[in-house]
Amino acid sequence: MINAVGLQNPGLEATIREELPKLRKVFHKPVMANISGFSIEEYRTVAARLDQEDGIGWLEINVSCPNVHGGGMSFGTSPASAAEVTAAVKAVTTKPVIMKLSPNVTDIAAIAKACEDAGADGISLINTLLGMRIDLKTRRPVIANKMGGFSGPAIFPVALRMVYQAASAVKIPVIGMGGVSTAEDVIEMMLAGATAVGVGAANLIDPFACPRILDTLPAVMDRYGIENLNSVIGGALDG
Amino acid sequence: MKQQQLTILENQPLAPGVFRMQLQAEEPIPAKPGQFLNLAVEGCYLRRPISVHDADGNIVLIIYKVVGRGTQILSEMTPGQALDALTGLGNGYDLRDSGPAPLLIGGGVGVPPLYLLAKQLRAEGKAVRVILGFNKAEERFCEEEFLALGCEVAVTTVDGSYGMQGFVTAAMDQKPYSCVYACGPEPMLRAVYRACKTGGQFSFEERMGCGFGVCLGCPCKTITGYKRICKDGPVLRKEEILWED
Repeated sequence: MINAVGLQNPGLEATIREELPKLRKVFHKPVMANISGFSIEEYRTVAARLDQEDGIGWLEINVSCPNVHGGGMSFGTSPASAAEVTAAVKAVTTKPVIMKLSPNVTDIAAIAKACEDAGADGISLINTLLGMRIDLKTRRPVIANKMGGFSGPAIFPVALRMVYQAASAVKIPVIGMGGVSTAEDVIEMMLAGATAVGVGAANLIDPFACPRILDTLPAVMDRYGIENLNSVIGGALDG
Repeated sequence: MKQQQLTILENQPLAPGVFRMQLQAEEPIPAKPGQFLNLAVEGCYLRRPISVHDADGNIVLIIYKVVGRGTQILSEMTPGQALDALTGLGNGYDLRDSGPAPLLIGGGVGVPPLYLLAKQLRAEGKAVRVILGFNKAEERFCEEEFLALGCEVAVTTVDGSYGMQGFVTAAMDQKPYSCVYACGPEPMLRAVYRACKTGGQFSFEERMGCGFGVCLGCPCKTITGYKRICKDGPVLRKEEILWED
């Protein structure tokens, strides 16, 4: 799937006023807030405000957005700017901070390490890959935005490789995501070093994808002789 | 929304490139007029949203046009094969606005969802008039079905090879009406919107990621803010529509 949906949301105040109370009615545990920003100041402002919300358990920081003050390069493409965002957010919140990394980089390990050194409590990856298709009839890009975020099962091997590289580089927990759609994918991600696994695109095809994965997980664990999922975390990493 | 396994009972060509498929579930299928199903097609990643033509208990009928790979695969499926479907999607038409003489206007594959609507309006004793618009005579379908419901039916063709020559708007003012219900390509909806002298409900078509409101892939700007065509639509009321050029 390729999307150019962007980061549609009702804004900080409306989220606190309307969305969080709605969520609390159906989900009683803390939720994760994902934050994006076009400047360090935006990340700081949103993180500081959400820090006061009890219903929010931790913050996930999306660093795939272009930095409008940095020539439009995304924060997540250099270790220095990813670290800068991490430090800015950590300075204004006591909640755990997970940095969500972009795969559209040359050295994911260096960026993961920079986030860890700047105080990140965990990292999650991968965000979508940049993708594109062209309509043969119109000879124009299919996506109005020309390029979009590429996700779904096709990106799983890339996501797995990057989780492996990142997990090799840091000691903080790594949340693995990218094309995960089965219980087998979950175990593979964990073997690559993920302590938790996220499911995205699969939910759009099957709204019951997550319960289905959870239901099938015990049988798949049995098949591979896994008694406790914790025992497989990082099992494929060297050393 | 329900996730249901549907078995194909029938899949027949109705007009060039247009097929009619009858599907059966083990349990009742939620389907109000104007709602749609989202079908998982083997070999395609995203589901294909198709509007409900008719529904009765465990049976649902769809009429779809082959426009790409997904609908091509659908058209090649045979009775006995199964489809995984999300059912009861979208808001559907609101029958309460119809008044005594509703006018239903459909263009091309915008015609099918009006059938269940017409059926229910007829059951309420409304004098239903229907305008069906096609490009040419051989592309037309469903005229007899609407007549059988006791609707007054006008067919328009762009080339004049059947019925009245022109677009659906050509037939709108033949008689007064109390409300317009429309479904069809966007240029048709715009023309009907401009010509409409009463309240109306317009069903929009859009590419969708999920079909049930979570991916935000089908947003539409309206007078009252952004709406998701799949969840807040596909039917929008005339007064909330904002046309963007």
